[in-house]
Amino acid sequence: MTTQHSTSDTEHSTELKIVQDATCTFCGCVCDDIDLKVEGHTITEAKRACVLGKAWFLNHEIEEGASCQIDGQPASFDEAVQRAAEILCNARYPQVYGLSDSPCEAQRKAVAIGDWIGANVDTTTSVCHGPSGMAFQGVGEVTCTLGEVANRGDMIIFWGSNPAESHPRHFTKYSLMPKGLFVPKGRKDRTCVIVDVRKTKSAKAADIFLQIKPRKDFEALWTLRALARDLPLDAQQVERETGIPLATWQDLMQRMKAAKFGVIFFGMGVTMTRGKHANSEALLALTRDMNAHTRFVAKPNRGHGNVTGADNVVSWRTGYPFGVNLSRGYPRFNPGEYTTADTLARGEADAALIVASDPMANFSQAAREHLARIPFVALDPKDTPTTRAAAVSFKVATYGINTGGTVYRMDDVPIPLRPAFPSPHPSDYEVLNELEKRVRKIKAADYE
Amino acid sequence: MSETFILIPGRTSKQGCGISEGKFEENYQKEINTLLVAPDDMERLGLSDGDKVRVTNETGQIEVAVTPAKKDELPSGMLFIAYGDLSSRLMGADTHGSGMPTSKGLDVQLEKI
Repeated sequence: MTTQHSTSDTEHSTELKIVQDATCTFCGCVCDDIDLKVEGHTITEAKRACVLGKAWFLNHEIEEGASCQIDGQPASFDEAVQRAAEILCNARYPQVYGLSDSPCEAQRKAVAIGDWIGANVDTTTSVCHGPSGMAFQGVGEVTCTLGEVANRGDMIIFWGSNPAESHPRHFTKYSLMPKGLFVPKGRKDRTCVIVDVRKTKSAKAADIFLQIKPRKDFEALWTLRALARDLPLDAQQVERETGIPLATWQDLMQRMKAAKFGVIFFGMGVTMTRGKHANSEALLALTRDMNAHTRFVAKPNRGHGNVTGADNVVSWRTGYPFGVNLSRGYPRFNPGEYTTADTLARGEADAALIVASDPMANFSQAAREHLARIPFVALDPKDTPTTRAAAVSFKVATYGINTGGTVYRMDDVPIPLRPAFPSPHPSDYEVLNELEKRVRKIKAADYE
Repeated sequence: MSETFILIPGRTSKQGCGISEGKFEENYQKEINTLLVAPDDMERLGLSDGDKVRVTNETGQIEVAVTPAKKDELPSGMLFIAYGDLSSRLMGADTHGSGMPTSKGLDVQLEKI
């Protein structure tokens, strides 16, 4: 493929159209009931979208500038892909990272590239619900779809999660407001509990708000585990450790046992705080314990639009969800060793392929400084600190707005994308598909 | 004279909208460069909206403008900042074998500049 991509390739159309049931890929709710009004290359209205969804749809027009850059200078698609392939093939310990804002079809190509070059394949899950992924392997996951929550959930607990800011339609579309088969009165049939260290915007939605001490999620969860089994507890110690009186925890446990279908949605407050996977394990174990009394499930509230797809794709391709090393020709899983925050901060990775993520903004200073020292390839629809520092950067079409494909909602339900208008920039799939071909050609020569 | 606080970096809807608008645009930059402080702490430390403070921990140091948190959003002794460049500068590199740096509940020292 030798096509020169640039914004001049596509005439700015003024055609007016309506796209029904478009899919929003900003967050893990993946709302697929959005009606878009599209005027040429601009979305002017996104009916039913939340504040985040509106910002997502209304701010992704055709980005100006060259689609491909090498060392900050415009380059042809052919030159950029070839340079990217050479960087990745010459590396001894490359890192593939990101993927959570890219469709599954492109994710598959990124994993294939990682396989050819013997890379660590890691996704933004590792700095999101990676600790929960570790906990799933340790204690299992009692789970369900969001449809079951909407139709059955009568005790909804949010722990270390603030959907009013991060998933604004969570309450109305899935968890609190819907009138469901077994909760016909909707919100009136549900009890909402919010556990957090801050009185967040979400706390307004709670029937019961518990403001626990910071960094005491583990202690609070084990308090509930003990109460689930009717074990004696020291009231003074419980209040000293958690900041909440024992009687309040006892009252909550009574309500949880009395529920017909309980759900614990949990967020970054659990996984990013000291304890991490031990916190997630405690929460999942509590959920499992509750099933001795009634039906209870747990769901991580996932952030990026297709981070759940990334978990699925990397799992079905390698057997593990993130932090996978392919350097020996077979997959090995070890968070803390093969995860990107670690390989960069320790100065180990010597090249990288970054897809749809921005480690130059979100990683530790040590990791960012190392990333700035090594050659890397970046794909993103927007200009970011990461694309600006990349040796080869691709300004790509926006998934769900310009391209089709498949994404997974946070409850592992696959949902198709319905694009609104085409982009002159290449898609993630186009770039990664061609990159895989070039990488394969270079690597295959090693075996001939 | 510095005081010890616990810093909670986190997501906000303004920060989320800012990502879509562009990370080099005003809304995103303003959101990630503002530290929320409990009103009681603001008064005790003699801080006004827009004043700059220095926040330090064993990992790094930032200088950032403060604004009072809404009502009782934050208990005294707790700070909040939206995820971004500044919060990353205070986040340690060690993931303790998990792949996840400790990114919330950070011990920090705060002093008025």
